[in-house]
Amino acid sequence: MSCRPPQLLLLGVSHQTAPLEVRERLALTPAKHTALAAELRADSAVSEYCILATCNRLEIYAVASEPAAGPRLAESFCHIQAIEPAVLAPYAVERQGAAAVAHLFAVAAGLDSQMVGETEILGQVKDTYAGACTAGHIGPVLNRVFQKTFQSAKLVRSETAIGAGQVSVATVAVALAERIFGELRRSRVLVIGAGDIAEKTAKALRNREAGAIAFANRTAGRAEELAREFSGSALPFAQLGTALGGFDIVVSSTSAPEPLLTLPMVYGAMRARSSRPLFLIDLALPRDIAPAVAELPNVYLYNLDDLAGLAEENIAHRRAEIARARALLETRATALWQKLAPNATDTTEIESRPSAPDCHQGSDQASVSAPLP
Amino acid sequence: MDSTFLTDRTAIAIGAGFYTTGLLYGAWSLLFRRRHSRIGGYALMALGWLVHTYGLFLRGQITNSCPVGNRFEILQFVAWSCTLLYLIVGPAFRTSLFGFFSAGMAVLLGVLSIAVPAWDSAARLRPFGADPWVAVHASIALFGYGVFALLALTSLMYLLQHRNLRRKRLDHAAPLLPSIVDLDQINLRLLAAGVALLTIAIAIAGTNWHGQPGVVAPAKLFATVTVWLCYAFALVQRLRQRCIAERFARFGLLLFLAPLLSLWVVIGPPHATPAATAPQPVPERTP
Repeated sequence: MSCRPPQLLLLGVSHQTAPLEVRERLALTPAKHTALAAELRADSAVSEYCILATCNRLEIYAVASEPAAGPRLAESFCHIQAIEPAVLAPYAVERQGAAAVAHLFAVAAGLDSQMVGETEILGQVKDTYAGACTAGHIGPVLNRVFQKTFQSAKLVRSETAIGAGQVSVATVAVALAERIFGELRRSRVLVIGAGDIAEKTAKALRNREAGAIAFANRTAGRAEELAREFSGSALPFAQLGTALGGFDIVVSSTSAPEPLLTLPMVYGAMRARSSRPLFLIDLALPRDIAPAVAELPNVYLYNLDDLAGLAEENIAHRRAEIARARALLETRATALWQKLAPNATDTTEIESRPSAPDCHQGSDQASVSAPLP
Repeated sequence: MDSTFLTDRTAIAIGAGFYTTGLLYGAWSLLFRRRHSRIGGYALMALGWLVHTYGLFLRGQITNSCPVGNRFEILQFVAWSCTLLYLIVGPAFRTSLFGFFSAGMAVLLGVLSIAVPAWDSAARLRPFGADPWVAVHASIALFGYGVFALLALTSLMYLLQHRNLRRKRLDHAAPLLPSIVDLDQINLRLLAAGVALLTIAIAIAGTNWHGQPGVVAPAKLFATVTVWLCYAFALVQRLRQRCIAERFARFGLLLFLAPLLSLWVVIGPPHATPAATAPQPVPERTP
């Protein structure tokens, strides 16, 4: 029996460490996601892994038999993205052991979100976990960690006021729509893509009695499915440009590598409209709507960072709860990790660890923005 | 001076007091982030307008004509028109800052009207008693100016809301402002109403004094027609979708300088009014 406890490794980039432009560059396309999973699978030291990719973060959780597998996570990621490690280094976060568990707890509880206390992230973590389970990437350690993550997220909501009030990308977007259009009954909504947040935004708009909702998706079947769910209509993806002028609110959340709505396209749509403004909500990463569109008269363009910035004031009181919530989660994370890796020790800087760590030195380490090899 | 308390000037002053209270109430709500009662603000404006109306009614009885005979009366009449329009239009908005802005406009015009005591002289700009059409023309034109004053207010509100949305920083006042679409619609309606009123006023003048040179001074005619042309041009451009959104709101705000400047031309400098060379205060009157 090996003396080495399991090593839980985390490599991540999020809105807290990288600006939107960098996150756009580091975002994983579905093909790259698959390729990265294949690289991790090929690493003999990695037994379990899970890639959490949301609009605001990209995090790789891996269980390895040796701490030295940590740097290889970054190497694999840079290899897939075809970037130099120095590009990633200033924005990367590395955690190990209990610190990695506590980080995941905090992420799932919404403490690490742009809008503190929002609940969408928990659903995204659950979906990511379910997907990894189906793909066979999850083993006993990550299974236990994720199950406890979901429990902890629920506990934090009941024990603290971190979820007080209704603040999310969707509700902020709806509030903005009301400031532009007043009552939304006569506003026509177009949802491009089938992202989770876009769907939630559509739901929030529908709850505020928004007018007709149309869905456009590269997969026509998915658009029709959403149209049925929301009692809306499906718009052929190829007709986006010509139909755009007929909508008042456009929510876009696709994984397209290039902007779907370009300046000429929106300019043309605005010429076809009367004096009614156009509200564009870009929830995609990379962005679906060319930033230059914001300069057009009567056009209001908001991206993820904008919506999150607006929510800052509204959630100030939630921030006051962060410290209490973190303390609660860190206690639980430490307790969990001690059960999973009884021989683990406390945190030390990754940079200071020896190249051939032993059982004591290799666990429970953490550093933020640590330079990668 | 009459010993009875409620003279025309006193009633006008009390009305202005209500407007000022509405303004201060709105400012207090904004500054201290307290809830602003829309009904409370509206009630203050309505009470102010009722007393204001009574004051102007008394003034009309004194002068035996529509109270638009000197600078004080003209500014008061524009403030009264603007407030009346707010009381009609305001309830259509769910938000409450419209009353705050209207109160601000009424207070501004009120303060302006009393800034120069000589402006409330007994000198009359027109012998209204001789031709009732003059009074009708003047009151319709000034009511139109009141519409344009309100248009300037709603345009300012549009620009504030637009600026908030464009800068992506919604301050405390932002939720209290009407929506962009609501403000754009009311701007268009106010502009159309103002142009219609001014058209009627000019038509009355043209019908009654056509072919009577000397009745209307060329400068006054030029000023009035220029104001009408400016607003009519803005309306046409708006209807043709050439001037929309922010640009339209900027027009609505900046164009109000035209009626303000034209008032000075129409009224003329103090020495231009024959009887105003030695201005006498209008005698106060009680019911």
